[in-house]
Amino acid sequence: MSDLLELRGVSVCYGGRTALDSVSLFVPHGGQVAVVGPNGAGKSTLFKAMMGLVPLSSGEMLIHGRPASEYRDPVAYVPQREEVDWRFPVTVFDVVAMGRYGRGRWLKRLTEGDREVVRRSLERLAISGLAQRPIGELSGGQQQRVFLARALAQEPHVLLLDEPFTGVDIGTREATLELLQNLRASSVTVLVSTHDLDLAAGRFDQVVLLNGRLISAGVPKEVFTEEHLHEAFGGQMVVVDGKVIVVDQCCGGHGPVGGIDTCECDTCKVTDTGSSGP
Amino acid sequence: MSWLTEPFTMGFMQRALVASIIVGVVCAIIGCYIVLRSMAFLGDALAHAILPGVAVAYLAGANLLAGALIAGVIVAVGISYVSRAGTIKEDTAIGIFFAAALALGVVLISTMDTYAVDLTHVLFGNVLGVSAVDLWITAGLAVAVLVAIALLYKRLLVVSFDPILGQTLGLRTNLLRTGLFLMLAATIVVSLRTVGVALVAAMLVTPPAAAYLLTRRLPAMMAVSALIGIVSAIGGLYVSYYLNVASGGAMVLVATGIFLVAFLFAPARGVLWRLRRPRRAKAS
Repeated sequence: MSDLLELRGVSVCYGGRTALDSVSLFVPHGGQVAVVGPNGAGKSTLFKAMMGLVPLSSGEMLIHGRPASEYRDPVAYVPQREEVDWRFPVTVFDVVAMGRYGRGRWLKRLTEGDREVVRRSLERLAISGLAQRPIGELSGGQQQRVFLARALAQEPHVLLLDEPFTGVDIGTREATLELLQNLRASSVTVLVSTHDLDLAAGRFDQVVLLNGRLISAGVPKEVFTEEHLHEAFGGQMVVVDGKVIVVDQCCGGHGPVGGIDTCECDTCKVTDTGSSGP
Repeated sequence: MSWLTEPFTMGFMQRALVASIIVGVVCAIIGCYIVLRSMAFLGDALAHAILPGVAVAYLAGANLLAGALIAGVIVAVGISYVSRAGTIKEDTAIGIFFAAALALGVVLISTMDTYAVDLTHVLFGNVLGVSAVDLWITAGLAVAVLVAIALLYKRLLVVSFDPILGQTLGLRTNLLRTGLFLMLAATIVVSLRTVGVALVAAMLVTPPAAAYLLTRRLPAMMAVSALIGIVSAIGGLYVSYYLNVASGGAMVLVATGIFLVAFLFAPARGVLWRLRRPRRAKAS
C-alpha cells in the first residue's frame, strides 16, 4: 500500500515558541488516524500546517510522494462549531456548494456536475431535506453534518476533522463515525483530533500521540502504553491497580486526580486502556 | 399629486435625486458585508478620516470629492496594513487612524479664517450642492463599487462566512479585505454630498440591518437592502425639500423608521412575532 500522506520533520514556530517540533508521519492511502494529546499539544497547529494556514519552519508535507502544494485542493477541513457565525444568511445548500468553489472558478456558475456533487454530499449525511433551510435554524448535530457534507463536496485527498465529537449528540456522533466508515470505500484519508481516547483506541486504525512533538504513532495498542501516555499527559495520568487512567484536562484548571470526581465536561475522558503490564 | 413632481422641475433637484438614489443603493449593498462582518465601526471611522483630504482640497481650491477619495484610500490601506500582521487588533488600528486623521482635519480646518460653509455641508450633507462634476464622480465610483462587488461576490461571501475555507481554497484574504476597505472608502465619498460624513455610517448599517430581519439569504438581503436604501434616500429628499432640513439627517431618519418597523413586525424574527408565539425551547 502506498503512502498517501507523509510528513517529514515538520516544525512550526509561533512568535519564537516551537508549537510543533519535527513531526514525521506516514499515513497509508485511505487510512483513518486519531490525533490525541493534551491541550496545547499542537493538534490544531498540526492541522493548520497541513492546510497551509501556518508556514512550516522546516520539513515538508507530501501527498503520493509529491509536495502537497502541487495539488489543487489537497486538504478539506471541518471547523469546530464555535468558529462559525451561525447567524450568517446562507442556506445549507449554499454552505455545501462553497466546497465546489475554488481556484480559478470564482467567476463561473456552478455546473450541473457541481450541483450533483453537492446533492450527493447532502444525501450521504442524510440532510437532503434541509437543503433550503438557513443554517441558523439547525440543531447542533445537523450543523456539523452540513460542514461534513461541504468537506465531502470538496472531494479532498485528505480530510481533517477538528474535535468532531465534542459537544454533539449521540446521533451526530454515530453519523460521523458512520461517515468515516463509508469513507474507507472512497479511499479518503482522514485525520481526526479528539479528546476521546476510548474512541481513538476503538474506532481508528492509527493513533498519533502528540505533545509538542510526536511521542508515538501506530496502531492503538502500541501507542497507548503507560510510558507513552505518561510522556504525553504527565501528571494527568494515574496508575491504579496496574491499569492506566488518563484524565484529560480539557476543562482547564481541574486538578489531575480531583478532576475525576469534579469534572462535568462531557469531553473529559477517563480512559482505561486495559493492560499496561509487562 | 404635484407635490411629488414639483421638487424635480429644477436641475439641481434632479441631480440631487440621482445622487440620492445612487447613495441609497451603493451604501445598502456594500453595507450587507459591513453588517455581516461587524465592521460598522470601520465605516464610521473611514467617513471621519476623509476630513483632512476634504480640508486640503478646499484650501487648494480642488474638487472636494477628489480630496476625500485620496484621503479615504490612504486611511483604508493604512488600517488594513497595520492590522494585517496581527500584532495590533483591527479595531485598535481603526481607532488610531480614525483619530489621527480626524485630528489632522480639525487642525487644517482651524487654520481657515473664513467660515467654511462647504465644509459643514461635507459634515451633514447638502443635496442642493451636488454639481454636475460631483454627479459624474459619484456615478463613476458607484458603478466601480457595484461591479467589483458583483465580480467578487463568491470570494467575499466565502471570506466573510468562513475565512479559513477561503484560505484553503487559495483566496488571498488580506488582499480581499483591503479591497473591501477601498470599496467602502469609495462608497463614503459617493455619500459625501447627500448624507455627509457624520451620518454615512447609518446608511451603511441601517438598511442592511432591516433587510437582514426580512430575508434568509445574502442575495435577497442585498436586494431588499438596496430597496430600503432607495426608499430612504428618496423619502429623505422629500422631507429635506419640504421641511428645509439637512438631507443626510432626513434620509437616516427614514431608514431608521423602516428598521423599527422591520424590528417589530418582521416575520419570525420581529418582536411582535416572538411575543405572539412562545419561544420554542431550544434543542440542545
